[in-house]
Amino acid sequence: MDGRLTAGTGATAARPNPGGRSLHRFANPGRFLRATGRLMPFLWAAALLVLGAGLVWGLVLSPADWQQGETVRIMYVHVPMAWLAMGGYTGLAALSVMSLVWRHPLADLTARELSPVGAAATALCLATGSLWGKPMWGTWWVWDARLTSVLVLFFLWLGHAALVRAFDDPERGARAGAILALVGIVNVPIVKFSVDWWNTLHQPASVARLDAPGMHVDILYPLLVCAIGFSLLFAAVVLARTRAAVMERRVRALQLARARREEGAPA
Amino acid sequence: MTRKKRRLMVLLLAGLGLGTATALTLTAFQDNLVFFLSPSDVIAQRPPAERAFRLGGLVEAGSVERVTASDGRPSATFRVTDGPNTITVTYTGVLPDLFREGQGVVTLGRLQPDGSFRASEVLARHDETYMPPEVADALRRAGHWNPAQGAAPPAASWNTAPRQPDGRSGG
Repeated sequence: MDGRLTAGTGATAARPNPGGRSLHRFANPGRFLRATGRLMPFLWAAALLVLGAGLVWGLVLSPADWQQGETVRIMYVHVPMAWLAMGGYTGLAALSVMSLVWRHPLADLTARELSPVGAAATALCLATGSLWGKPMWGTWWVWDARLTSVLVLFFLWLGHAALVRAFDDPERGARAGAILALVGIVNVPIVKFSVDWWNTLHQPASVARLDAPGMHVDILYPLLVCAIGFSLLFAAVVLARTRAAVMERRVRALQLARARREEGAPA
Repeated sequence: MTRKKRRLMVLLLAGLGLGTATALTLTAFQDNLVFFLSPSDVIAQRPPAERAFRLGGLVEAGSVERVTASDGRPSATFRVTDGPNTITVTYTGVLPDLFREGQGVVTLGRLQPDGSFRASEVLARHDETYMPPEVADALRRAGHWNPAQGAAPPAASWNTAPRQPDGRSGG
């Protein structure tokens, strides 16, 4: 009921696209709101529980590294953020394909709400990496292929977030952002394989390797729990933002409809 | 339906073109994308003495000599190796905490006329192994690994090893 109500008003909002398709366009966000509304409490609870357990395990209970000492604990934040930066960007590219090929409005909204969160994860990855690099490598920053490609990834996230908001017509912004996101996807394999293709100061992958992980299980397991916890939190934040954006559009559509009615009344 | 398929095809074609262009560009700039040269690269390329570049490799076991320079600053001489080739490096300044024999390092500096490398900066480059101190000690005691000689043994041989020396499960 609720979903259909806005579906009608949404269609009357000033959207310069072919009519007829409009109803279909806003049918899905209603279903999305209902489904995620039930999911959200569980998602938040799972995120906080898993993340809390992972952080206590990683930051307190797990052993130090034989040569890095306690500094290695930065990894429990740094590595999940790096995975989310890359995985999230792959998700952004998938949303962009849905947006460009199937013109899915929910994909546009999710992409728009995803990029600031992805940018935050990438910024945290860079910041924790810098804090880790100073005591271990002896430098905050070097222009090696891994660090530079992650910085490019950060700028792509920021660029997407800015571009989709730079147009008066949100649909044109979404189109431009989707193209930027898809052009930027070439950077993701470069980030991932930079440490294998070129000499870098950054060490190669420890977990995602063809042979056994180069990490003791007492360090690996808390890392995986942290990664799951941060991923759940990331998903919860993005979904909550997307829900808020859908509701914001509904409110705007309702206000527009009312303004039209009031304008039309005296005539 | 056909319009959606056409848009998908256009995307796939554009992706293919973009991917090819990126791959070609990266291959063309291959030499500029390496952060450091290995001793073998240096011996093959012979960079001119006036050009600063980065030399990277492992610190050879038994090669580190630490002295205090006349002005009181610490100074060190060590050999950087990649297996087949070795270059002697001299450096004045404080070495990073992780610096040790068998550790990866990346040094910035210039080649000297005598073929040695005068570094103005030394960065430590740790490898991708993470292990608790107890496990590293156990490997060393059992003679499976001497960190000064280089990388740890294959991960599968230690990454589930118990942490307590008496064999109780380490978790």
